[in-house]
Amino acid sequence: MARSSTAKDAQALLHSLRSAYAATPTNLKIIDLYIIFAVSTALIQVVYMALVGSFPFNSFLSGVLSCVGTAVLAVCLRIQVNKENKEFKDLPPERAFADFVLSNLVLHLVIMNFLG
Amino acid sequence: MARNFEFLVALLLAASIFCDAAIFNPISNSHRSAALELFTPADGSLKSLEETFEALRTFEVLGIDKKSGIKSYTCSAVVDTLWSPSSALKDLFQALRVNGILNCELNDEAFSGIASRLKDSVNNANTLLDFYYSIGSLKLIKDQTAYVDVHLEDADGVFRAIKALSQSDGRWRFSSNNPESSTYAAGIALETLAGVVSLASHEIDQSLIDTLKKDILKLFDGVERYDDGSCYFDEKLVDAQGNQGPVSASSSIIRGLTTFATSTSESLDLPGDRVLCLAKFFLGIGIPGNFRDLYHQIDALASLENNRVSVPLILSLPSSVLSVTRKDQLKVRVNTVLGSAGPPLSVKLMQIFTSGSKDASIIDQELKFDPETKLHILDALPENVDIGKYTFTFEILLHDSEHKKIYATGGRTKVSIYVTGVVNIDQAEIVILDSDLGSVETKKRLDLTGEETIALSANHLQKLRLTLELTTPFGHAFKPHQAFLRLRHESGVEHVFLVGNSGKKFETILDFLGLVEKFFYLSGRYDIQLTVGDSVMENSFLQPLGHLELDLPDAPEKAARPPPQPIDAYSKYGPKAEITHIFRSPEKRPPTELSFAFLGLVLLPLVGFLIGLLLLRVNLRNFPSATLPALFAISFHIGIGAILSLYMIFWLKLDLFMTLKALGVLGIFLMFTGHRTLSHLASTSAKLKAA
Repeated sequence: MARSSTAKDAQALLHSLRSAYAATPTNLKIIDLYIIFAVSTALIQVVYMALVGSFPFNSFLSGVLSCVGTAVLAVCLRIQVNKENKEFKDLPPERAFADFVLSNLVLHLVIMNFLG
Repeated sequence: MARNFEFLVALLLAASIFCDAAIFNPISNSHRSAALELFTPADGSLKSLEETFEALRTFEVLGIDKKSGIKSYTCSAVVDTLWSPSSALKDLFQALRVNGILNCELNDEAFSGIASRLKDSVNNANTLLDFYYSIGSLKLIKDQTAYVDVHLEDADGVFRAIKALSQSDGRWRFSSNNPESSTYAAGIALETLAGVVSLASHEIDQSLIDTLKKDILKLFDGVERYDDGSCYFDEKLVDAQGNQGPVSASSSIIRGLTTFATSTSESLDLPGDRVLCLAKFFLGIGIPGNFRDLYHQIDALASLENNRVSVPLILSLPSSVLSVTRKDQLKVRVNTVLGSAGPPLSVKLMQIFTSGSKDASIIDQELKFDPETKLHILDALPENVDIGKYTFTFEILLHDSEHKKIYATGGRTKVSIYVTGVVNIDQAEIVILDSDLGSVETKKRLDLTGEETIALSANHLQKLRLTLELTTPFGHAFKPHQAFLRLRHESGVEHVFLVGNSGKKFETILDFLGLVEKFFYLSGRYDIQLTVGDSVMENSFLQPLGHLELDLPDAPEKAARPPPQPIDAYSKYGPKAEITHIFRSPEKRPPTELSFAFLGLVLLPLVGFLIGLLLLRVNLRNFPSATLPALFAISFHIGIGAILSLYMIFWLKLDLFMTLKALGVLGIFLMFTGHRTLSHLASTSAKLKAA
């Protein structure tokens, strides 16, 4: 009985999450997708390193860090662009996007240098 | 008889204290070759007339003919100097000297012109060198031509003027201003005074000449002596002209003395041995290394060769080592200093001293003269002359008693002689003894020719005894300078033992019990080597005899270690051991298929992202349609793409600095276009909001 209720509750939870998520604006969904892409890339790299050993450790770090870094920057962008966020009401989204691009470029310069 | 012998020995012992036995050889071909070497100028012409004269004089005395080579340009220099009215006195003097040897073509007119100038300078001279050059030049003119009048009117006055520069110790000053006296100056002064005497138109006052003779004797009181019978005059004055040192000073004195004796035809009461000891000095300096000293040496000896004071006779030996085996005879030669034959004389061997002992035997035997080789030969050495080092005393006896006034023989001459011979070695054997009982365990005869080697073995309780007998060819006991027995361990450690003697028997005993510590407790194989040698032993030897297996007890802990043997010096520079490099093992790399699989896997999320974008139905509606903003938008995207491809190139090829430079350029571009694009977008959405 409890089991089926929990399963039903979980289903109901997921359903409500999905419908709530559908309401988000498209640009935020794009950003979310980008984040998922970056994190999954990082995960695949970690699995690879677990398999073959960390010999060029700097390369591994650089790869993982680029993914994680860009995910973090995307999260920052999402926060700033989100209209429901009252803190960043006065910040134009183009400005946030420009910051995002610039920081990504700097991050990738450092990553490329560290890649070796 | 014995008592007389002892008395004479004592007397002779007293006489032997004074002279060392040294051999002086007269001038030989080595002087000639040295002269040729030293006087050959490097650039083909000698520097000055003075040097030319020195070279020519040396060649003349030694009998070398080199005149033709240098005659032409030297003569032109001579003629120029003599004709030039502004030549200095010194140059005239040197030119006339050179002319005396070369006989350049000069007529009497040249000489007479110079002669009057020289006579004036004699009257005006006040330094010794002025007198020397002018009087010397006048004398040379007198020798070279008979038609010019060079006589001095006031010879007494000139004599006194020169004499005024002399000092009480027999030396002379160069000028009255300079208080320092010089021996070289004394020689020059004597030569000048001799010139004055020969140029005087009337007789010089005899008292002046007598005072001068006394001065010469005083000068000879200051002569310095060496132990080997030679003497010289030392020069205390440091002279800028280079006339310093005993060679030039002694040479100048001899020149002055002999010219003075010739010109005055007076007899100087000089003891004959003074001249002889000066001659020995010049012969004893060997061959000087520079041409000035060589010139002085040769000139002095030439002056001594036939002079009116006394002609020294030199006793020399062609060989001072006589071999008993070859039956060498003692040969003696008596010559003048330049090597020419002496007057008829005979040489007597008076005594023989054995070096190292006080004995002397009186011989008093005359040597036979061989007229062909001009040598005095002793037929056979006296019977008691065994091998060893001796000092022979010779005496020269002139046949004509008149010659005693002319020649100086020097009394007794001592010469060191080595008599060598083959030493007989007998009864050589090595014996191993048991220490306490003294019984013989092993006895081996030694073969010193090296054909057989012996092999012995001993332990620390035994002794080794080496015996041999050494006798001279005449059967007497002989003690060599070196008699060693050397034991050398295979590791290189060596021990040397002296072989002592009593009379003819030589013996050494090695007691291993006492030598165990000295041998550093090293057991094993020792090579045995015997050395017997002496300078008069013709068959000295250093012979490996064989080896000895020595068994010593083990070293206790506190025993001394054997000294480290020197490393062979050359092995330090030889090739070293080959180095094998140990490389770090390379990291394990994954197999390439796995890497490519994961490459594909990593690209999957990108694909997923693109698919997701499609599913979200993204569009480019906000892309500006008007040309200028569109251009900026496109440039913005191109700029980003360019930077990303710059990063790609950076990873592949570039370094950070070049990247940063390019990045700077691209970044500015990107900033500009991005700003324009985004501001346009912002204004568009603001308009939309407002509307």
